[in-house]
Amino acid sequence: MDEFNEERIGRLLRLLPPAPEGWVRAAQELPAARAMLDELVARAEQDAAFRLQLQADLERAVAAAGYEPSPFVVSRLRQLLRTD
Amino acid sequence: MTVEQSDAQLVSRCREGDAEAWNEFVERFSRYVYAICGRGFRLAQHDAEDVFQEVFARAFERLSDLRSDDAVRPWLAQLTRRLCIDKLRLLARDTPTDGDPDEQAIDDVLAELDDAMTVRAALDKVGDPCREILERFFCRDESYRTIGDHLEIPAGTIASRISRCLEKVRSELDGRSRGSQPS
Repeated sequence: MDEFNEERIGRLLRLLPPAPEGWVRAAQELPAARAMLDELVARAEQDAAFRLQLQADLERAVAAAGYEPSPFVVSRLRQLLRTD
Repeated sequence: MTVEQSDAQLVSRCREGDAEAWNEFVERFSRYVYAICGRGFRLAQHDAEDVFQEVFARAFERLSDLRSDDAVRPWLAQLTRRLCIDKLRLLARDTPTDGDPDEQAIDDVLAELDDAMTVRAALDKVGDPCREILERFFCRDESYRTIGDHLEIPAGTIASRISRCLEKVRSELDGRSRGSQPS
């Protein structure tokens, strides 16, 4: 590792600006989103009608099931349903 | 006073399902992942956001696969790097480019970011008010006046405070490297 002098410390600090707050918050909410996703996938596996609704219009089906269809949830759910 | 936990301690708490630890984990590594996407791979903001969320989703799901809790930082760097390359390849299908990014250039940026994370950890150790002053000046690019107004200190004293705080961070880094030398 190169020596750290004050100038280099300042330059290195500049390399790490904060990530946008909304991104950080969404990532922090992952555990809650994960539980929601598990529930939706389990329901899709057991309920053919719900599965069809998800295939037809995923956002609407998620909202109708009582969940917030955030972009993250929708994209993750799409992946999970494709691989399950 | 906040006691900073090691990466390994934090990972261990996350694995136990501690929600607060997960928040802290995201907070600690969000700048790193963000910088790899932006500085390392020059992804556009919306592409960087996709990769950023995917990195943390996979980290959350696969934290138990991590062989050594101490190795979380390189593990995250590798994961981010792979997902950035996947994203660039996906984008290149629509808009052909000259190929994958220069591996050596990416390695160099990642090495710099790794050093930046080491400095960041030292800054966290030093704590406030230095952390806040240096964060505002270097990371948020705020002027002396804005910093002074926010912290209610004369703007004319900010430069000397920054200098003193940088010295403190350097001492912390020196102490750390001396402590890690074999006896």
